[in-house]
Amino acid sequence: MNIGKQIILHIAVIALLAALDYVLPAYHQGVFSRIMVLAVFAMGYNLLFGYTGLLSLGHAMFFAAGLYGAGLTVYHLGWALPLAFVAGVGCAAVLALAIGLLALRTTGVAFMIVTMMFAQVLYLATLYFGQWTRGDEGIVLPQPTRLVEFAGLHFDFSNPVTRYYAALVLFAAVLLITLGIVRSRFGRVLIAIRENEDRTRMLGYNVFANKLAAVVISGAISGASGAAYALLFGYVGSTFASVQYSILPLLWVLLGGASTTLGPLLGTVLMYYLVDFSSDVLARAVPDWNFSYLGVVGIALIVLVLFFPKGIFGTIRAHWARWLP
Amino acid sequence: MADALTVSGLDCYYDETQVLFGFDLTLEKGEVHCLFGRNGAGKTTALKAIMGLLPARTGSIRLGDKELTELAPEDVARAGVAYVPQGRRLFGELTVAENIEIGLMARNRGKATREAVLDLFPLLRERLKQRSSTLSGGEQQMLAMARALCLEPEVLLLDEPTEGLMPSMIAKIRETVAALGARGVSTLLVEQRVDAVLPVANRVTFIENGRNVETVPVERLREDPELAKKYVGVG
Repeated sequence: MNIGKQIILHIAVIALLAALDYVLPAYHQGVFSRIMVLAVFAMGYNLLFGYTGLLSLGHAMFFAAGLYGAGLTVYHLGWALPLAFVAGVGCAAVLALAIGLLALRTTGVAFMIVTMMFAQVLYLATLYFGQWTRGDEGIVLPQPTRLVEFAGLHFDFSNPVTRYYAALVLFAAVLLITLGIVRSRFGRVLIAIRENEDRTRMLGYNVFANKLAAVVISGAISGASGAAYALLFGYVGSTFASVQYSILPLLWVLLGGASTTLGPLLGTVLMYYLVDFSSDVLARAVPDWNFSYLGVVGIALIVLVLFFPKGIFGTIRAHWARWLP
Repeated sequence: MADALTVSGLDCYYDETQVLFGFDLTLEKGEVHCLFGRNGAGKTTALKAIMGLLPARTGSIRLGDKELTELAPEDVARAGVAYVPQGRRLFGELTVAENIEIGLMARNRGKATREAVLDLFPLLRERLKQRSSTLSGGEQQMLAMARALCLEPEVLLLDEPTEGLMPSMIAKIRETVAALGARGVSTLLVEQRVDAVLPVANRVTFIENGRNVETVPVERLREDPELAKKYVGVG
C-alpha cells in the first residue's frame, strides 16, 4: 500500500537526519540545524504554492511574524521560550488570517503583488519601529534567555547538539503534519482547487474557505520556522522580513519539487550548499563582486524554470514513483 | 411527472449586455430535456445561470421546493444540481480514483455511491489508477459525468457531452443518460446534433437570442425535421 511506503520513507528521512548528527563535522552540523528550520519555512510555503496553487511573493512576512513574535517577547518581556514560540506561531497565524481575508479577493498576478506589498509593509514596519526591533542591526538574544527547563531537564538552545535536535523535532513534526494534510480530505480539496478552481466550486466546495485555511496553516508553519530561527540562533533582524526571504522559499520548493512533501527539504539542502560553495569560489575568482550569492540564486531560478519545472522529487514522481506524496 | 427544476422569467447579463431574456424552463423528474439552438443562442449561458455562475437580475430558479436563485455555485451543487461543462475540465494531475473521490467527498457520499457510479461506467473501473489527463476523450467525458454523479444529484446539466467523440462513445453516453432518467435523475442536455438526442430526449426546448421560443415533445422533432432546421440550421 502507498501509505505504508510513504510513512516508511518519511520516518527513514527523519532517522537519517538524526543519524547525521553523529557523523557531521561541527560546521555542517550547524548548517543542517539551520537547513532543517528553513525547510520548515519551505514546507509551509509549499502547502500554499505547491498544493493549493497560490503563488505568494510575501511569505517573508509570516516568517518574520514568527521571528519577531518569539524574539521580541523573549527580549523585551522576558517570556519563557515555549511561550515565546507559541506567541510567534500565533502572530503568524493571525497575520495570515488577516492577509488571507484581503489577498484572497484577488487571483493570479494580483495575488502575487498584493502579498508582496503586504510583506513590504511589514518589512518597513520593522525598520520604522526601530526602538523595539533595532531594524537592520537586529537583536541578539542573550544566551541566558535561551535556556529552558522542561520536566526537570535543562536545555540550552545555544548548544549545537541541543539546537540540532530541537530543529529536528520541529522539522519531523511539520513533515508528518504536512504528510497528514496532503493525505487528508482537506489536502485533496486543495489539490483540486489548484487543478481547477471553478470545477471544484461546481462540485460543491467552498473554495474561498479552503484557500483561507491553507493560507493560515501555511502562515502558521512559516511562523513556526521563524520563531524557531529566533530562539535557536538567537538573532532577530529585519533582513528576514525582506523580499529576498519571500523569494528563497519559492526557489527551495521549485528545486526540490513543488507539491512533494520532501521536496522542500531537498531544495533547501541543495540551494544552501550551492550558494555556500559557489559564493566561496566566486569570491576568490571575482573578489570585487559583492553580489555573487544573489547571482547564483538568480541563475538557479532561471535554469529551474526553463529546464526543470517539476523539480527533483516532482520529476522522480512523474517518471518512477507515482506513490510519492 | 412532478417538476424537478423550474426556471421562470430569468434575465441575465454579461456586464451590461443582456444575454438571457425572460428565460423559462421546466424539467420534470426523470426527464431528459434537450436545449437546442445555434452557436451563441444562449444554451451554455442558461446552464451557467442555473448553476449560479451567472447571477440572475430578475426571475427565479427552483429545485423542487428549494429556491436556488441567490445561491453561490457551491451551494447550488450541494442542493442537488450537478454540472458537466463543455470540455470536461477534469483534475488532470489526479488519478481516476482521486477524481471520483473528490466528487464523493463533496456531499459526504460513500462506497455505495462509488460502486453505483462505477457500475454505470465499467470502463473507468479498469482505469482507476490512471492519471485522468491520459484518458481518451470519451473516457474523460465518462469520468466528468461519473464525478458529477458522485454528488447524487437530482438534476444533471450536461453541456455538449458528445462533442468530438466517436460513435461508440456517443452511444454509451446516450445509454447512461437514459439509465439516469429511469433512476429519477433529470437531465438538461445542451446539444447541437439532433441525431445525438433523438433516441434519448423526452422534450426539446429551442432557444434563440437568449429566449426560449418553443418547447415540444421529441416526437415532434422526429415527425417534422424542418423544425430543427428552423432553429438550428441543420437537420
